[in-house]
Amino acid sequence: MASVTVSHVSKSFGDFQALSDVSIEFADGGFYALLGPSGSGKTTLLRQIAGFSFPDSGEIRIGGEAVESVPVEKRNIGMMFQNYALFPNMSVFDNVAFGLMVRDTPRSEIKARVGEALELVRLSGYDERKPHQLSGGQRQRVALARAIVFRPQVLLLDEPLSALDKALRLGMQVELKRIQREVGITTIFVTHDQEEALTLSDKVGVLKDGKLLQEGTPRELYERPRTAFAATFLGDANLFNGIADDGELALADGTRLRTLEPLARSGRMTCAVRPEKIAIVEDSAQLSSDSNVLEAELEQTIFAGNSLSYLLRHGDTSLRVFAQNRAAADLQPGQRVRLAWCSADTIPVEA
Amino acid sequence: MAVSDTTTAPIRRHRPSNARSILGLTGPAYLWLVITILLPLAAMFYFSFLSDVPLPGRDWQVTLSNYTAFFQQDFYRTLMLRSLRLGFEVALWCFVIGFPCAYVLAKTIKGRWREALFLMVIIPFWSNALIRVFSWTMVLRGNGILERFLDWLIPGFGSLNLMFTYEAVVIGLVHSYLPYMILTCYISLSTIDDDLIDAARSMGASRLTVLRRIILPLSMPGIVAGAVLIFVPVIGSFMEPRILGGREGTFLGTVIEDQFTSVFNWPLGAALSFILLACVMVIFAVFQPILRRAS
Repeated sequence: MASVTVSHVSKSFGDFQALSDVSIEFADGGFYALLGPSGSGKTTLLRQIAGFSFPDSGEIRIGGEAVESVPVEKRNIGMMFQNYALFPNMSVFDNVAFGLMVRDTPRSEIKARVGEALELVRLSGYDERKPHQLSGGQRQRVALARAIVFRPQVLLLDEPLSALDKALRLGMQVELKRIQREVGITTIFVTHDQEEALTLSDKVGVLKDGKLLQEGTPRELYERPRTAFAATFLGDANLFNGIADDGELALADGTRLRTLEPLARSGRMTCAVRPEKIAIVEDSAQLSSDSNVLEAELEQTIFAGNSLSYLLRHGDTSLRVFAQNRAAADLQPGQRVRLAWCSADTIPVEA
Repeated sequence: MAVSDTTTAPIRRHRPSNARSILGLTGPAYLWLVITILLPLAAMFYFSFLSDVPLPGRDWQVTLSNYTAFFQQDFYRTLMLRSLRLGFEVALWCFVIGFPCAYVLAKTIKGRWREALFLMVIIPFWSNALIRVFSWTMVLRGNGILERFLDWLIPGFGSLNLMFTYEAVVIGLVHSYLPYMILTCYISLSTIDDDLIDAARSMGASRLTVLRRIILPLSMPGIVAGAVLIFVPVIGSFMEPRILGGREGTFLGTVIEDQFTSVFNWPLGAALSFILLACVMVIFAVFQPILRRAS
């Protein structure tokens, strides 16, 4: 096991700057998610760490050792690919044994360790199957067993669950987390799925346009996004544009919103509020003194079984309010409603 | 479902039956094959059991002597082995030269350059085979283009006359049949997911191991298809051996051609052809398990 340090790494392909001056510390034994939309550079970064391509500048250390010019086959990393990349010409056993085979491991040890790895991913007894005889979830497990059987220093996962359907994906998330904890291997995974990033990892880095925007625990990132992009990419967010005035955010129609902390800056500002933090309240409801209150017009209600989403409009701003389906009020489109939320949930963000 | 009934019923009425459409679509091709290949072949098969060409004024009867000749005379067996060896060597050289080329085309080069390089592979197909072979004579003969080039490259190289040698025949045939190997290998190589190569490397496999354990096994269908496409015509070839091999270019193919064109012993030529065909079939039968596993 080892920590991974990426410092000031830049990489461009022709005119396209895929990574610009990215520095991240991946803790030993941690589970780190690189989250970003396509083209954000997250896969490029993973491929630099893996050693498939080399950074134009900057340094990558695995376990304290500078590896930025070491090719992938000499880095001792385990990698899982989006489409599993199982060798179709080999049985499950041979697939998992591959990494041991190229390391000239004695036959008896290969047998024992492949057995252990398959047991870890709960696929004992599938040794002789060919990849095409396995279901998607099983292939996934073989790919994982294959990536960790030779005890690499780092496990890299490239969109590991995106090829699975939703039910399987949730199951595999739990499995992946369990296995990662049991093995204790430093894990870096790339995803565009914010929910996957939040549930799986203990640290998330948000990338955009080849830059690291923000990193932190899933909770920190979700509760305290620093940019409008991070707020909207990681979960849903209502964005309020206004002008900072006397520590408060003044909207165009004069409504004043109190924020987490009094605004220090002046001028144009944006604040983000999560849809589930906002409640639709009765006109007569007693509100605590630190509440923000806003009138809005209901445009549409989206019913999703256990929850409802209300799409509303306040002036030029579209709003979204999320409510659990627990005695939720029966509201009609066009109706004016009163929204209220805690000032502490109003997060100033960079636009 | 009343709605779907009304929509599907009229369509079904207009649709021709499956069997009829299959017959309509495949019929012309099979009819053509029967007329142009099976019938003449059957006639040749019949000829091969005759003692002489069945023409008016010729004395002929049914005999097995054309076939027994092959087994009684060492000459034919030696020729058969020579032809098989030629087929094997040409296929091997095509693989050695063509596979790396196909690999680069499929995996390294992208876009416009790939198209341009493909064109260069295919161009030999567009030129007349006879012209191609004769142009080789200018390259390979003593004081020819190859000798002069090598002499220029390495001063005092000496003389090199490859004309009328076994090697010249191999060179000419490899040139003619190389595109088959490149194209079939290219097709099977391009179906190999690049992630497989990345995955193998991430597990610590050297490039040689990746080639041996992943790329070669997965491209085997293309290699086998290319080898078969080359092997079969090469063992019966006569033009390249004749022009480039001269006296050294005697193979079963040239002997068969002689029977038809100069000796006018069609029955013997036909018998030798069918022995060659049988030989190919036996070889494929023996290698069937390997071929099937490969594809």
